[in-house]
Amino acid sequence: MIVEIGHYALVLALVLALAGGTLPFWGALRGDNRLMAVASTTSVAQFLFVAVSFAALTYAYVVSDFSVQNVVENSHSLKPLLYKISGVWGNHEGSMLLWVLILVLFGALVAVFSENLPLKLKALVLAVQSWISAAFLFFILIASNPFLRLDPAPLQGHDLNPLLQDVGLAIHPPLLYLGYVGCSISFAFAIAALIDGRIDAAWARWVRPWTLTAWCFLTLGIAMGSYWAYYELGWGGWWFWDPVENASFMPWLAATALLHSAIVMEKREALKIWTILLAILTFSLSLLGTFLVRSGVLTSVHAFATDPTRGIFILCILCVFIGGAFSLFAARAGQLSQGGLFAPISREGALVLNNLLLTAACATVLVGTLYPLALEALTGEKISVGAPFFDMTFGPMMVPLLIAVPFGPLLAWKRGDIVAAGQRLLFAFGAAMAVVILGLALMGTPSALALFGVALAVWLMVGALSEIAFRIKLGRVSPAESWRRGAGLPRSAWGTMVAHFGVGVTVLGIVGSTAWNSETIVTLKPGEAVTIGSRTLTMDGFVPISGGTYTGTGVRFTVRQGGNVVATMEPEKRLYTVPNTPTTEAAINTFGFSQLYVSLGDISADGSTVVRVYWKTLIALIWLGALVMTAGGMLSLSDRRLRVGAPKPARRPVAVPAE
Amino acid sequence: MTRKQRRLTLISLAGVVLASAVGLVLFALSDGITFFTSPSDVLAKPPSVDQRVRLGGLVERGSIVKEADGVVRFAVTDGKATVPARYVGILPDLFREGQGVVAEGKVDGSGLFVADTVLAKHDETYMPKEVVDALKKSGEWRPEDGDGPAPQTVQR
Repeated sequence: MIVEIGHYALVLALVLALAGGTLPFWGALRGDNRLMAVASTTSVAQFLFVAVSFAALTYAYVVSDFSVQNVVENSHSLKPLLYKISGVWGNHEGSMLLWVLILVLFGALVAVFSENLPLKLKALVLAVQSWISAAFLFFILIASNPFLRLDPAPLQGHDLNPLLQDVGLAIHPPLLYLGYVGCSISFAFAIAALIDGRIDAAWARWVRPWTLTAWCFLTLGIAMGSYWAYYELGWGGWWFWDPVENASFMPWLAATALLHSAIVMEKREALKIWTILLAILTFSLSLLGTFLVRSGVLTSVHAFATDPTRGIFILCILCVFIGGAFSLFAARAGQLSQGGLFAPISREGALVLNNLLLTAACATVLVGTLYPLALEALTGEKISVGAPFFDMTFGPMMVPLLIAVPFGPLLAWKRGDIVAAGQRLLFAFGAAMAVVILGLALMGTPSALALFGVALAVWLMVGALSEIAFRIKLGRVSPAESWRRGAGLPRSAWGTMVAHFGVGVTVLGIVGSTAWNSETIVTLKPGEAVTIGSRTLTMDGFVPISGGTYTGTGVRFTVRQGGNVVATMEPEKRLYTVPNTPTTEAAINTFGFSQLYVSLGDISADGSTVVRVYWKTLIALIWLGALVMTAGGMLSLSDRRLRVGAPKPARRPVAVPAE
Repeated sequence: MTRKQRRLTLISLAGVVLASAVGLVLFALSDGITFFTSPSDVLAKPPSVDQRVRLGGLVERGSIVKEADGVVRFAVTDGKATVPARYVGILPDLFREGQGVVAEGKVDGSGLFVADTVLAKHDETYMPKEVVDALKKSGEWRPEDGDGPAPQTVQR
């Protein structure tokens, strides 16, 4: 019964989405306030009905209702409760429902939290949002219904793929979807502005918090996915340039560019057309990612194998929305008013450079992702585009961007002084050089690329700090005065500093773990030891383990450094009973920011075991940096100006903090 | 600067960035990609010693030999031809004889495939698409062996 209620709620949500997509739109065209006011109600109601539907599916999973096909295929009654719940979105149908749930959640949030939005803009935004949810609700009901019943019901389920039975599944997809789908709001705002034919600084101010929210979740989601892959897949790698990873990374790059161009639009009313284009592009890339993952065109760890009709269905949605958006853009963009003037060397100029490099880098990733598909479709030749391609293209595009990052916030709007900015960054440059000299002195002649990478990371981190130090006149006035100035700076300035610092932290982690990574593979018997760097791992023996749906063997290692025991580690070999699948659980121990990573190969009958040990220098900084970036984003999100009720009139000169 | 000059500066900057992106992509496409081959292809037309390729097929039954310190020898077959391979490291959990495999590496002078990466299935019923295509090409594709398309694979 509850399952049928869920199914029915989904149908009702579709009807509401159709109503919410047409009535307010019609009202906006005719200037009918009552019709436009419908948008808020339908948006909130859509969310409630999809939430009921999602709750019904979750209930079916929790009580292991094996009369539901989706539950049979992806669950097992002995599975821990956490994995029963996260199993809801560990499959195509359920994750699609989660996708739509988040989509309508954002619509409802706009409806509730945008009281100061002009009625017409709000009606249009929510109408566009309803079109998207209608399309995907229709897709779920027609081609991937999670509520299908089975008769007779089997006694037990097939269980979830063991690789997915991890806390990562509970966190990673919801975070990633919050990011992916959150981009739909800026898309809806862009389409609404194009339909309305009007766009001003206030528009950018309304869009920015939504973009920033989506960006924060996307950052967290990608970082979480990367860490999950790192500890679960046992290869010791954290990014594989797998097409589906790229599918989440491209919207991130575009959203990062959008965040920055929205600042220019908000402060200076420039780059309007470009910002609109980026908003459309970001969500288009999110949709493309959805298509790549679900259509079965890719072979990847992520791909849901699905029947081709689903792929074609999503391709149609993709074409309608992206094609429609770009046609509208082509028709209307020329009518948007021109923005403010600025010199090439200025804050605007720096942000334009940021946008150019980010979108060009995004384009190289897009080419690397789609080229093999296109080549196979056209010539039948099969190739794989992997890390070497992206190292050669994405890497060089990022280097000038990262060098330029500290300059941006130090340049004034309209016309900047690059020499003055350079002087303020002398300390950061000195710090980067000091690291190079120190590196040469300590390690003789290490790789030039590694030294350059570390110097770049130091440049980014110290450069971010220098900007704040300059603005609070650190060392030039009394500490109390500096403190007062610091407290008076807008939160968005602190957010910029923290986020840029986080980029430096991630770069340091990437360089450290790539350049000073050591690994060894040995066959050990209990009592034998292997040495990596200054640490020795002794294999103590075997420990039997068992969980709800698996049994296995853990291998206990004692880690010693200089004769002292510093850690014990226990990687595992598991055998899941349903389906009959072996998995390997790596053991990871963190020392400072570096990690020791132990993974197991085969265990022979005589107890000798193949053991792979990695030492990854500073690798934890990669994900820590992403957390710092997210913290910066949230700090910026808490800035007062994004919450102020009435936006400033566009013509009043924008207050620039005292410099 | 006049408005025109400023616009020109911006456009030329954009041009430089775009041109370098295109240049990098073209360069990388000629150098940074890996072609997929089957054992028959390797025997018929061996790739040069420094060319990375992806070799896809089935792990030949009875061919896996495990040596000391993680060295594994096995053979990849598509039913028509068989290529011996060597890999150092920990094999995927689902690497088994008679099952699909994709190995990435180079063919050395003696015709041995030295793999640096071995990818196997992600779950019980999955087979890499390239392997399916290669087997179909050599006429050795037998879906009834249980290697049909996957009902469900992994989402990370």
